[in-house]
Amino acid sequence: MSEIHTFHYLCIGCPLGCRLEVDAEPERQSVVEVRGFACRRGREYALQEHTAPRRIVTTTVAITGARWARLPVRSSAPAPKDKVRAICNALRELRVSAPVAMGDIIVSNILDSGVDIVASRDMAALLPGDS
Amino acid sequence: MITAAPRHLRASYDVVIVGGGPAGLEAAVAAQAGGATHVLVVDREAEAGGILLQCIHSGFGLHRFGAELTGPEYAQRALAQALEHDIDIVTDAYVLDIDAQNRVKLMTTTEGVSLVDARAVVLAMGARERTRAAIRIPGTRPAGVFTAGLAQRLVNLYGVLPGRRAVILGSGDIGLIMARRLTLEGVEVAGVFEIMPHANGLNRNIVQCLHDFDIPLHLSTTIVEIHGARRVNKVTVAPVDAALQPCLDRAWEAPCDTVLVSIGLIPENELSQQMRLRLDPVTRGPVVTSAMECSRNGVFACGNVVHIHDIVDFVSSEAALAGFSAGQFVTGALPPPDNVRLLPGENVAYCVPHTIATEREHTVYLRARRLLDAPTLRLVDGAGAIVYEKRLRYVFPAEMVNLKLRPAILQHFHGDVLRVELVRHTDPRDESTQGEAAP
Repeated sequence: MSEIHTFHYLCIGCPLGCRLEVDAEPERQSVVEVRGFACRRGREYALQEHTAPRRIVTTTVAITGARWARLPVRSSAPAPKDKVRAICNALRELRVSAPVAMGDIIVSNILDSGVDIVASRDMAALLPGDS
Repeated sequence: MITAAPRHLRASYDVVIVGGGPAGLEAAVAAQAGGATHVLVVDREAEAGGILLQCIHSGFGLHRFGAELTGPEYAQRALAQALEHDIDIVTDAYVLDIDAQNRVKLMTTTEGVSLVDARAVVLAMGARERTRAAIRIPGTRPAGVFTAGLAQRLVNLYGVLPGRRAVILGSGDIGLIMARRLTLEGVEVAGVFEIMPHANGLNRNIVQCLHDFDIPLHLSTTIVEIHGARRVNKVTVAPVDAALQPCLDRAWEAPCDTVLVSIGLIPENELSQQMRLRLDPVTRGPVVTSAMECSRNGVFACGNVVHIHDIVDFVSSEAALAGFSAGQFVTGALPPPDNVRLLPGENVAYCVPHTIATEREHTVYLRARRLLDAPTLRLVDGAGAIVYEKRLRYVFPAEMVNLKLRPAILQHFHGDVLRVELVRHTDPRDESTQGEAAP
């Protein structure tokens, strides 16, 4: 049996920012104990951050015919952390046109990450004469 | 799809709300719940929603909506709720003045200047960013120096990048968020410089904005000079000593074409000053009662215009109180005045509200002056006796402390002043007299 190490993480679940400790063997997969969380979400985050970290992706895509040049978008669920940059790079190539409603799927299962990219807000089509 | 039906403004409203951000929108709905019928929200932007519309990252709404929302999602929920309640919202409009009779002088793009009568008003103007000028960074005055929030607006709404290689001064949350945002947009972020020995933003932003992207955070370090003729071409940075004075012999240069400053927010109180409301010199916002009423009857305030909040959820709950009180004021149902003053004592920079009533439940927001591990929060009466105490896990200037005060806590207290203190657990009792003078 290998020795147990303590790994330290800061919870990003909410502004409390709990200091989490994960006791595990160095191979990382065999977690023995999790400490320092103030809620269930913190415990789950510690386990996930230790084994397969994920992040909610937020960025913008170009939109035409709307008040603003960019439409804010988000991932429907946290995506694998190592795919965040690639997802944002892919979305930078994209252009949509107004109108868009909050929750509309912009790209489904982006880069095979298992998460959809959805619109973060409504964006109405500008009427002629609007500026 | 949300669209506000265009309509003519009424000549008089029960409650007029200045500012259509999360505070104003929440206050509007709460004003109706408090008894108001006709409520108007005035916003100077083309659409209501406030600064949330450019805060495209997630992390909002865990308290208020029980879900992790982005800024635009939070704003849209607040806006939808206001429109469902038939709140009038006028955008592209500006409140020039509010006189002693609560007549609101309004300027709109379609109707010019007009007067609207209000029985009560709620101030919800939010805050402004401190700029380079606020801390007088030496150097030339080239293009390329932005506040972090302005850069956020450029990137997230206009799709314009501020530059190619940026440095960020200040580790406040907006600066951290922008470090990640610029990185994801292909801008190189050479470093974040923080004059204090600790980061100013929330822990989770240090993790997911800096650590995730290997962006260096230089603590106890500041920018001592900005260089460049037309455009920034480099900054000189230096570590600072314990007195926060730069050690120029250890300075180094960082090439960059962009400097973002993220050095704090100031409540936007030009209108409040014009109205001659009493302001707290520490918060720089109006002095408020437990009903969020300002020093003039019928004028209420909420959100960042009162004090800078860490998270929007607390803005919403404070705004709900202010709006509800404004509605009660209109119907004559406002509870009796407060009977206790709250004074910031040892290690407490400020507390809001400034007064409370012993027979009601309150949420008191306060900010610590410095980091303390496992401190005791206590309420001390005028004679120095401890009325209430509570252990906290830690306090830190960047994180607001949120204290629920219930009547049961104060049932044996009959004074008119309570001092709020954050002390080391092991401190002897007699140190409580070292509290700083209250504003």
